[in-house]
Amino acid sequence: MTQLTNQTDGHADGIAADISRQLPQGITPEDLVDFYRRMVTIRTIDERIWMMNRQGKVPIAASGQGHEAAQLGSLLAAEKDGNCFFFPYYRDLSLKMGAGLTPTQVMLSFMGKEGDPYSNARQFPLQGADLEHNVIQTSNVVAAQLTQAVGYALACKMLGDDKVIFVYFGDGASSQGETHEAMNFAGVHKLPVVFVCENNAYAISVPQRMQMAIGDVANRAEGYGFPGLIVDGLDLLASYEACREAINHARREGPVMLEMKLERLMPHTTDDDDSRYRPKEEIDAVREKDPVAAFSSFMLEQGYLTEEQQEEIRAQARRAVNEATDAADAALPPDASDLHKNVYAP
Amino acid sequence: MAVKSVIEAVREAMREEMQRDEHVFVMGEDVGWRGGVFLATQGFIEEFGPERVIDTPLAEASIMGIALGASFRGMRPIPEVEFADFLWPAVNQLIGEAARVCYGSDGSLNAPVTIRIPYGGGIRGGLFHSQNVEAYFFHTPGLKVIAPATPYDAKGLLKSAIRDNNPVVFLEHKKTYRLVRGDVPEEDYVLPIGKAEVKRPGQNITVVSYGLMVHYCLEAAELLAAEGVAQVEVVDLRTLKPLDTETVLESVKKTGKLLIVHEDNITGGIGSEIAALAADQAFDYLDAPIGRVCGPDVPTMPFAQTLEDAYMPNTQKIAQALRNLAAY
Repeated sequence: MTQLTNQTDGHADGIAADISRQLPQGITPEDLVDFYRRMVTIRTIDERIWMMNRQGKVPIAASGQGHEAAQLGSLLAAEKDGNCFFFPYYRDLSLKMGAGLTPTQVMLSFMGKEGDPYSNARQFPLQGADLEHNVIQTSNVVAAQLTQAVGYALACKMLGDDKVIFVYFGDGASSQGETHEAMNFAGVHKLPVVFVCENNAYAISVPQRMQMAIGDVANRAEGYGFPGLIVDGLDLLASYEACREAINHARREGPVMLEMKLERLMPHTTDDDDSRYRPKEEIDAVREKDPVAAFSSFMLEQGYLTEEQQEEIRAQARRAVNEATDAADAALPPDASDLHKNVYAP
Repeated sequence: MAVKSVIEAVREAMREEMQRDEHVFVMGEDVGWRGGVFLATQGFIEEFGPERVIDTPLAEASIMGIALGASFRGMRPIPEVEFADFLWPAVNQLIGEAARVCYGSDGSLNAPVTIRIPYGGGIRGGLFHSQNVEAYFFHTPGLKVIAPATPYDAKGLLKSAIRDNNPVVFLEHKKTYRLVRGDVPEEDYVLPIGKAEVKRPGQNITVVSYGLMVHYCLEAAELLAAEGVAQVEVVDLRTLKPLDTETVLESVKKTGKLLIVHEDNITGGIGSEIAALAADQAFDYLDAPIGRVCGPDVPTMPFAQTLEDAYMPNTQKIAQALRNLAAY
């Protein structure tokens, strides 16, 4: 892996979208259109979920707005590789939906209806397991997924499966002891794990300067004996390239940490009010860094999609999300008799 | 049949399961060349290699979390925590995560992990090497909890635990490791999880216990028989969760008197649940108040011999409680 030195940019500052560049190795214009389509659909459903919360039909949601490019960039790299497994966290709607869920499945999950693919409406939305798409997220206790992902990687290694494991976590989870324990063990055993820190600079309301005394979580990787890189998490192609390199490194040499600098465009969850702890100017400035808008501009300026084509994709997304909303709204919640099912495995 | 100690039975169970199934592996502090702090994995690294006998950093949360993650990929890990008292950093992965994997995925994922935990006192272990931890896990749906008393039960139940598709908390009383010896068959056998055993039949009083205390209960039962006071039936729970309510109730209905014995703190212990069970489902059969001989509500047993003795239930304390019940 090249360029493994740590940089110390300030948080997401100084990262300007470099829009006049060659397509990265292995990427076709069709891939870009495919991922643009996924990104637009995911943003559309994310906004709809928020709206449905305000209508009282979605009890709770953590918006992924601002995190789309980082997650989809990693998914694109993983799909190109073809043998990756994912341990995401609760803000990873883009990864989970991008990996193959239909809009209806997503809406069923957010509305707590029968047919939620992750837990059949036992857990908060899109938590549990979606093994069909190689995703496990057992809970929303932050950092619990890190040791599990490392154990999964250990098992793959023992079984001779050369899978690479992606585990995602926020800057908040980076403070947990389990994050240290997971990285330490992965470093000792050189396990094929890509640690993706989605650093949006806030742990609910607590800013990064109150969470840690350093500017870059990536610097910690050195202490575990593996490289840590800072990535522009607002740029899908930058995320893709970093993840592609990280997959190669993980499989050959062991763990990597990627610190994706990005922004949380919305409050922590639908129950949060970020105006209590974020100045209005900061919130306004953050919204200017919308990765979906940036990718739209890129696609337009590079000539991969016309304005009309983009509008058509947005319209298709709205139709799909409308249909999904109606279907999920009409669906039934699980029967009360389900309460006692599956406490134990047979 | 050969006579073996509890620790030998535990070791044999793991070795045979590792020979039988390549998905089984052990991990924990000092389980490798040291062979485990109690030598439960003695000879394993020589036989199975460092890939399946993993010496971990001193970090219990990751021991449990990594084992859990490996189980998601089809492995059957046996993580070891050196002493129950060191378990607490792993509790999020055990209670918060492992116990809810099956339920929280509506059955699409499961967690076949057997966490082995040496526990219990009477060995001058003081506050941080003596603890009984069973009540915390007994309270947690999604876990199975096993606490054997004999080498035969330890081996058969540990094999069942390893083959079970759920997270199992396997509690090994440290004092029984070398103190308790008994017949263990040479051939492969398993014992059903969730089945208690009547270790000594009797007509007059039921005493329900598990682990080391079963042996003290048996001694006390012999004392009362010798005194001609009562014939005591000793029920060894063997599995705490799921609780074998049938065997307990059957015995209580027969004798009409119930004593529960455990080393764990009395308040909120296993005995509280068994007393509630008897009151709820065998009320009409009871001829005396339900008795309990348990550890007192102090934070585990102290280091000083006098204080440890004062904490520990023993044969004499149990015998006295049985005499009181017999006289009621």
